[in-house]
Amino acid sequence: MTGPAGNGAAVIRVVLPAHLRSLARIDGEVGLEVTGAVTQRSVLDALETRYPVLRGTIRDHDGGPRRAFIRFFACEQDLSHEPADAPLPGPVARGAEPYLIVGAMAGG
Amino acid sequence: MPVSGVRVLVGTRKGAFILSADGRRDQWEVSGPHFAGWEIYHVKGSPADPDRLYASQSSGWSGQVIQRSDDGGRSWEPVGNQFSYDGVPGTHQWYDGTPHPWEFARVWHLEPSLDDPDTVWAGVEDAGLFRTADGGQSWQEMPALRTHDTGSSWQPGAGGMCLHTILLDPVTPGRMYAAISAAGAFRSDDDGQSWRPVNHGLQSEGIPDPDAEVGHCVHRLAMHPSRPGVLYMQKHWDVMRTDDCGEHWREVSGNLPTDFGFPIDVHAHEPDTVYVVPITSDAEHFPPEGKLRVYRSKTGGDDWEPLTRGLPQEHCYVNVLRDAMAVDSLEDCGVYFGTTGGQVYASADSGDSWAPIVRDLPAVLSVEVQTLS
Repeated sequence: MTGPAGNGAAVIRVVLPAHLRSLARIDGEVGLEVTGAVTQRSVLDALETRYPVLRGTIRDHDGGPRRAFIRFFACEQDLSHEPADAPLPGPVARGAEPYLIVGAMAGG
Repeated sequence: MPVSGVRVLVGTRKGAFILSADGRRDQWEVSGPHFAGWEIYHVKGSPADPDRLYASQSSGWSGQVIQRSDDGGRSWEPVGNQFSYDGVPGTHQWYDGTPHPWEFARVWHLEPSLDDPDTVWAGVEDAGLFRTADGGQSWQEMPALRTHDTGSSWQPGAGGMCLHTILLDPVTPGRMYAAISAAGAFRSDDDGQSWRPVNHGLQSEGIPDPDAEVGHCVHRLAMHPSRPGVLYMQKHWDVMRTDDCGEHWREVSGNLPTDFGFPIDVHAHEPDTVYVVPITSDAEHFPPEGKLRVYRSKTGGDDWEPLTRGLPQEHCYVNVLRDAMAVDSLEDCGVYFGTTGGQVYASADSGDSWAPIVRDLPAVLSVEVQTLS
């Protein structure tokens, strides 16, 4: 799943919380081809394009703000409060590290 | 051999369950959990197509999802989950009396149309009424209720400001009722295009003006389809009845041990036979004396008898929530309710005797039943 896609775009690894994997009927990680800048917004856009059922469950409909009890982690950093259009860390953009979508401990 | 059967649709804090039996209702097949881990506020079938079910699925993490089944609950597909208030939603009152923006939280209740499986009404928190006409793919608010002149004065009840009850009049075209905690009961005579409060006769000591036009914490309304002008109400305190489509209400609590409670329902074949589950108080959400008793009136209220056979009569401290009681329409009317302790009880003899179908589900939020032929 790591490494460049056939068209040269990176394959971004995304890990979803169990309740969203179940909703979207996903086993394991998701590999997403993202063209252009690899940002939280572009990754989430690609994720929701492939799995429309996830729209509104991670962030507001129409790409709005993150839901309060969802967090975004990568490379041992909390990216939840980073701008949506900020570049993701290099290892995520290269597919070496996953982008983690996490249900906050307070949310269940 | 009975050829008919029932399907009980149970929503819980951590998933949905479907309980099925033939018309004898003594052997049950349990399916679930469906949508494990999610709160299922309500599951209901279409009166026009019993294989068409809708479920409201939500979580604190990921918000609202609506699921639809076209095969009686064997398989499900998520449908539309975008519930956007019409225009700029404005404010209602918060618990402390300050203005608070209207914010969508979840769908409490789904009420399928009586004659079109693709049309469903949804009651949501913060109180609003939505409708789909395409089987749940898209939802549009019917804004006249939320934008009623009194809307800015509505306050949430303890469970949130929810539109929890939707009743469709099967006789008078366009007439429907909605109830909101804590605003009261409302009636529309034009399919939800316009609304007015119908709370005359309610007395609520917990609000500054006890007989105000709105502000009453109505917990549940019930109607018998053969006599839709008569409604029964379980209010925060008080069991009420109207004989004129909500124009005037009178108290029918009679000899109940307490008139606090949540659900109320009507026998399938006897419009004057009504069921409630008395709960000790607003602070003590459990049955009086630790005895789980359904009370039945065969006189349309005032005179009530406890139904206890098969129900725990000691050390029982569960609650029965507002959407967690239902009746089937078999010849011997079945009555069902679920508890916050995870039991679902059934009676196949109009409440005379009870037995648990299941004992250890997550806390039960809602119970509906379909009578199948």
